[in-house]
Amino acid sequence: MKILVALKRVADPDNANKVKIPPSGDRIDTAGLEWKPNPFDEYALEAALRLTEDGKAPKARAGEVVVVTFGPKETEQTLRAALATGADRAIRVDVTDDKLDGALVARALKALVEREKPDVVLMGKQAVDGDSNQVGQSLAELLDWPMATFAATIQEEQGALLVGREVDGGVAVLRVRLPAVVTVDLRIVAPTSVYSLKTARTHKYNDGVRFAALPAIMASKKKPLAEVKLADLTADSGLKVQYHGFEPPPARKAGIKVKDVADLVARLKNEAKVL
Amino acid sequence: MTHPALTQLSEEERFFRDSVLDFAKKRVAPRAHAMDEAGAMDKDLIPPLFELGLMGVEVPEEHGGAGASFFNAILAVEALAVVDPSVSVLVDVQNTLVANAFLRWATDDQKSRYLPRLCRDWVGSYALSEAGSGSDAFALAARAEKRGDRYILNGRKLWITNAAESSLFLVFANVDPSKGYKGITAFAVERDFPGFSVGKKENKLGIRASSTCELILEDCEVREDNVVGEVGKGYKIAIETLNEGRIGIGAQMLGLAEGALDQAMRYIGERKQFGQSIASFQGVQFQYARVAMEIEAARLMVYNAARLKDAGQPFLKEAAMAKLFASEVAERAASQCLELFGGVGFTKEYPAEKLYRDAKIGKIYEGTSNMQLSTIAKLLQAEYGIKG
Ligand SMILES: Cc1cc2nc3c(=O)[nH]c(=O)nc-3n(C[C@H](O)[C@H](O)[C@H](O)COP(=O)(O)OP(=O)(O)OC[C@H]3O[C@@H](n4cnc5c(N)ncnc54)[C@H](O)[C@@H]3O)c2cc1C
Ligand SMILES: Cc1cc2nc3c(=O)[nH]c(=O)nc-3n(C[C@H](O)[C@H](O)[C@H](O)COP(=O)(O)OP(=O)(O)OC[C@H]3O[C@@H](n4cnc5c(N)ncnc54)[C@H](O)[C@@H]3O)c2cc1C
Repeated sequence: MKILVALKRVADPDNANKVKIPPSGDRIDTAGLEWKPNPFDEYALEAALRLTEDGKAPKARAGEVVVVTFGPKETEQTLRAALATGADRAIRVDVTDDKLDGALVARALKALVEREKPDVVLMGKQAVDGDSNQVGQSLAELLDWPMATFAATIQEEQGALLVGREVDGGVAVLRVRLPAVVTVDLRIVAPTSVYSLKTARTHKYNDGVRFAALPAIMASKKKPLAEVKLADLTADSGLKVQYHGFEPPPARKAGIKVKDVADLVARLKNEAKVL
Repeated sequence: MTHPALTQLSEEERFFRDSVLDFAKKRVAPRAHAMDEAGAMDKDLIPPLFELGLMGVEVPEEHGGAGASFFNAILAVEALAVVDPSVSVLVDVQNTLVANAFLRWATDDQKSRYLPRLCRDWVGSYALSEAGSGSDAFALAARAEKRGDRYILNGRKLWITNAAESSLFLVFANVDPSKGYKGITAFAVERDFPGFSVGKKENKLGIRASSTCELILEDCEVREDNVVGEVGKGYKIAIETLNEGRIGIGAQMLGLAEGALDQAMRYIGERKQFGQSIASFQGVQFQYARVAMEIEAARLMVYNAARLKDAGQPFLKEAAMAKLFASEVAERAASQCLELFGGVGFTKEYPAEKLYRDAKIGKIYEGTSNMQLSTIAKLLQAEYGIKG
């Protein structure tokens, strides 16, 4: 199986307090931010690796995992990390974040999918910076491919994927015929969430994404990393989303102590108005 | 030519360090306290150390290793020690002493027999010290007598790190005591060789999860082609591997100090007394600022020694200084950080007291602080032509 995984780097969510907004309020100041791969995209990569291997022998890849990111030269670090973790090949679409919106990323990905012809496009359900949750859905629409979002489990079948989606009150199971677009949620990296046809159903993965091994880190330097211009993928680089202003979240107010349960209920009713 | 700063890591070095630290925090940290209490390494932790390539950092790819630099090994030892100095020393001994000795001195046949195992699933130990010979290592009493195509080893080794887990031991024994240290020879001894056994395990103050055991050699049979290096040149192997190994201990102590400071900073930023965080008192600020400065200085010394080694430059004095200084910094940092926790720092609920106990070993193994000082002094004497 050939899988294309879309990866985005985001400002380290553990250091969210470093995100600064200049007084003009027209943008986010990215100077001095530490970058990490979007966690949901890391989960998508882990799912792609699990789908292209026998869980018992994870060094051998059955099929191909290609990772793609949209960003400036420095984002190649994110791609190298993915290559060190097990991806076979990487593509960087050269562009900066301020020139992108979800619709444009989806249009460019469509062109890339037509070139690469993967069986599956896997991506995170959303990027934790913009939280837009659009690209997977838009891409499936543009390709006219079946889609499953918020995947918590994936099981490979002959020519299809059986995808479990956690929804209110239970799990909805979809069978998507390939090729398809699947976006993943955090439980996709639980020990028994993903099974390729090769992996025994008794196999249990370690919880979470795998760690990069040193030999693979050394070898990743030699894996192919191609650069593509955005203009080569789509002639239409217009943005459908325009940002009108940014402001930091209001500072958290000090809490109060309530006298007793009756006082708490009264305040929840009258002040917080949540009851 | 402009040089990058010592602490400026290449992309690959940084990614590797971060990845080991991530592993340490997710997989080692949850077990560290229990391993310390039990005084034993959790067996489940060992396979992933091999899978991550941490057990054969410098071993070339053709022998199953990662083919990376000594500096990478140092980064791994440091990153693991941030979380648990016991797991750190397991990796340290494997790389900087055992694999290192095989890489430099073993025959091609020995390399192909042992290096792939060391990279895949065999933990190794380095067995020099004995009850009667520690600082005076070359006074060792273990004997090796040649009989036909084998050597028969007799004697006891003491304080052998990793011995409970190891499958391979680099054992130093004397083939001809009349020649003094020039009889010392290194042997590759497999755990199941006849006449070899692992004896009692020490119950220790610190690095309790790292096994330290006695080795018993009772007519232990070793094939002649398991002599590592030349007969009578074991002293050279011992000296040269320990020179490099010391940088590893420096890195272990550096990581330990960083771990202690990191824990303390998180605590004192939250803990309030007199209506404010204790980190905001000037007296406390001056304490942690000094710890951070000392850590930075230790880092420069350890990284510099390691980079000198990779560059093929002389590093003996720098390695001795780095180990000596980093072990002093670790002890002070761990002690100060424990105090910053106040009463809870003295309890086993918090990691400060463990790091405080773990720090003490840095001044003892791979040459006590006095031995480092005498190495440094000897090198200075040589520089100035001073005798005696
Ligand atoms: C946890 C642990 C793990 C170890 N792991 C290993 C291992 O894997 N392999 C191995 O071979 N060994 C190992 N050792 C042994 C270690 O290297 C020795 O303990 C160390 O070299 C000190 O030797 P000693 O214990 O005999 O102390 P001694 O040599 O008896 O020293 C006692 C004190 O005397 C001082 N001293 C001795 N001679 C002089 C002098 N000439 N001038 C000034 N001061 C002096 C020392 O500095 C020290 O303070 C380990 C030890 C420990 C505790
Ligand atoms: C084994 C043990 C036995 C004990 N026995 C008793 C007992 O029998 N009875 C009893 O009442 N208590 C007892 N205690 C409590 C002990 O007295 C307190 O732990 C001690 O006073 C420190 O308080 P703390 O732990 O809250 O630390 P904190 O007050 O939180 O101090 C943490 C750190 O901040 C520093 N710090 C705090 N404020 C300042 C400041 N303004 N300027 C500079 N530095 C500051 C401290 O020096 C310390 O390094 C015991 C504690 C232990 C560990």
